[in-house]
Amino acid sequence: MSLLEITGLSKSFGGVQAVQELEYTVESGKIHSIIGPNGAGKTTLFNMVTGIFKPSSGEVHFNGQDVTGLPVHELAALGISRSFQNLQVFFNMTVLENVMVGRHLHCRREFLQSLLHTPAITRSDEGARHRAAELLEWVGLKAYVGDHADSLPYGALKRMEIARALACEPKLLLLDEPAAGLNNKETQEINELIQQISERGITVVLVEHDMRLVMGVSDHILVMDHGKKLAEGTAAEVRENPDVVAAYLGRGD
Amino acid sequence: MKGATVASRYGGVFVLAVIVAVLPWFLPNSFYFDVVINSGIAAIVCVGLNLLIGYAGQISLGHAGFFALGAYSSAILTDNLGWPPIVSLGSGLLVVALLAFAIARPILRLKGHYLAMATLGMGIIISIVLNQEVDLTGGPDGMPVSSFSLLGQEVDSELGWYWIVGGSLIITVWLALNLIDSAVGRALRAVHGSEVAAQVAGVDTTRYKILIFVVSAVLAAYAGSLFAHYTGFLTPSEGSFFRSIEFVTMVVLGGMASVFGSVIGAAILTALPQFLTVFHDYEHVMFGLVMMLTMIFMPKGLLPSLRNWINKRTS
Amino acid sequence: MSSELLQFLLSGITVGAIYALVGLGFSIIYNASHVINFAQGEFVMIGGMGTVFIASAGAPFPIAMIGAVLLAVVIGISLQKLAIERARHASVVTIIIITIGASIFLRGLAGVIWNRDFHSLPAFSGEQPIHVAGAVIVPQSLWILGVTVAVAVALFVFFNRTMIGKAMLGTAHNPFAAKLVGINTNNILILSFALAAALGAIGGILIAPMAPTHYQVGIMLGLKGFSAAIVGGLGSGPGAMVGGLLVGIAEALAAGYISSNYKDVVAFVIILLVLFFMPSGLFGSRASERV
Repeated sequence: MSLLEITGLSKSFGGVQAVQELEYTVESGKIHSIIGPNGAGKTTLFNMVTGIFKPSSGEVHFNGQDVTGLPVHELAALGISRSFQNLQVFFNMTVLENVMVGRHLHCRREFLQSLLHTPAITRSDEGARHRAAELLEWVGLKAYVGDHADSLPYGALKRMEIARALACEPKLLLLDEPAAGLNNKETQEINELIQQISERGITVVLVEHDMRLVMGVSDHILVMDHGKKLAEGTAAEVRENPDVVAAYLGRGD
Repeated sequence: MKGATVASRYGGVFVLAVIVAVLPWFLPNSFYFDVVINSGIAAIVCVGLNLLIGYAGQISLGHAGFFALGAYSSAILTDNLGWPPIVSLGSGLLVVALLAFAIARPILRLKGHYLAMATLGMGIIISIVLNQEVDLTGGPDGMPVSSFSLLGQEVDSELGWYWIVGGSLIITVWLALNLIDSAVGRALRAVHGSEVAAQVAGVDTTRYKILIFVVSAVLAAYAGSLFAHYTGFLTPSEGSFFRSIEFVTMVVLGGMASVFGSVIGAAILTALPQFLTVFHDYEHVMFGLVMMLTMIFMPKGLLPSLRNWINKRTS
Repeated sequence: MSSELLQFLLSGITVGAIYALVGLGFSIIYNASHVINFAQGEFVMIGGMGTVFIASAGAPFPIAMIGAVLLAVVIGISLQKLAIERARHASVVTIIIITIGASIFLRGLAGVIWNRDFHSLPAFSGEQPIHVAGAVIVPQSLWILGVTVAVAVALFVFFNRTMIGKAMLGTAHNPFAAKLVGINTNNILILSFALAAALGAIGGILIAPMAPTHYQVGIMLGLKGFSAAIVGGLGSGPGAMVGGLLVGIAEALAAGYISSNYKDVVAFVIILLVLFFMPSGLFGSRASERV
């Protein structure tokens, strides 16, 4: 069953076509990867799927519903979450609170009750705190729970973003270069984490440059170049594709 | 974990309440009462302003406009129309809430310098209107305001005002701390930290920015209304650009994103000019220096810097 | 055109030229550092008040004027070196508060060191009004327009024909690349503050014979200069010029036809309208979102 269906999707900035007429389907429960050189339009695609950019044309269907151009927070409510290529951390909060923000939609948030901090609010907050701590432990950040986010090392922040995204209980999780800037050991751990996320029934789409990670973990790979689809298929199919070899892998990227 | 946040939420309020309760016995004369009451009024504004600037990260250089609108609404409705003060107060808050709500959406689409400039322009427009509508406000010469009364009981003693302002401040601080430590508060802080990440987490950032803008405006108007009845005389300088900057400086000095910092900042900057009257001519020089030096050497403000320092020493 | 309208236009253009000079200062500093210098208006005050007090110490007016401009330049450079540079990596809010603090500090200092009275400078070349098609123009207006045009031309030549001017534009466009090609971006920042201070001070000197100067005169002139920069598009030189003239003319027309009491509101209403509906201004390239 397809979870995400993209048809004829385009985005241009000024005169530059960042994404052109893209057709792409994400199957429920699978791990997908998107690869391509810098400027191929991968992050732009993520930004359109999550509502940060409005597409110039084309449609995005999620779970059978047309979600093209919906605001970001509404897409979040429907079950789309993501991490960011350049970290987007709430540096003014603790690690635990960062992940608790991810529980926003699952918390009670009536304004007057919040002002009075009624027992209902306290209970709902406790639930969020508990779940956030659980997720932090699950991604391997138990030691950092009470710390301030600005004291965390880079690799830990990347995991914290993943925990925050998971806190939303998404159906679809988009990870934008989760291994960038990580060493081999950390990359291996991210690899395992992605598989565990997938085992929880969450559909994962990954933008990544680390080919070993991509080839090892993906059920399906989309290759983009200059905003267009160059090829797609399994790791083996993509590796064999002459266009990909010529345009991308061949360049030793 | 649970105990810690609840303790920090109520511990501080408790300390504040104790200070407010015992302070009257240490105030030698009405001059000191006046300083403390004015500090409390400014602190109410600053706690609200800090929710907007320090927590949600949205600057406003025009909040004296809301303070003055609250003050003048009370004055005009009570004295020109003869309404009961409490009804005037409520109506003033409603008017300010509606005005703040109406301008919040276009204004809060802006960021950084543009937001600063737009809020500044808004404040100055309010200030000019107060200066020019002489029939309503008395213009630059100001207008007298009759005293506050509640249930037929007129508040005319300093001690009476002290309890009203002190009680209001304690409640304001308590509500603010409750709010910050809720999903709504985390959403506001998330808007400050990263607007796009907040949205991805499902936060309707526009809605929350509008909400906190209106809340901070209403708190400023409430404080303004108390101020009008307390001092008994209003001039448009209460809504001036400089007054707005004073409020921001109090917030910044005490500490961004620190509720108690705002109370301390308000108290220091209200009291200092009163006790340094010899340096009256230097008030602006001093204010400007405090702003610059705090931001350059202690950008986190007094209370958070103090807390960091203590943490470092103890750990 | 009625002579009344012509009269309003003339006075609008005159005061608009001053706003343009102040607005140019905002744009130059913004380009170099992405800082809005809320103390820009104080340079205007220092220009006028400085000239008054240097002259009252016995210096001839031309010397006093040069002295006041130099004083503003020194203060501008100090502001950059002592305050802005130390907070380079601070948030926008922090920097806004620093420059507002600087402005209140300078204003307070002027009130204490000089005084809090109104002062006038004599007109540069007499007060004999000139009649033009039923309207009246004082010679000082011509001085203001002439000097503003001369400054605009000089700046155009500076930014487009000289190495250092091009380096400044390059730094504004891409500071990182500018560093790579060996431009000393620190010097560029100092130069921008110096230039902005000089422009403000020149504006302050030019206007002092027409509108008395005072230690608080910088607040409104600064804010209106800023609205000129916003209307024209923050960072655009030609934009600041056109924006200044538009704000000045709108103000003069509002004062003439609507209410002189609400003259000062005009600039701020324009600011709000431009920010709400056209945040990058007339000539601006950057959208407000980028800040």
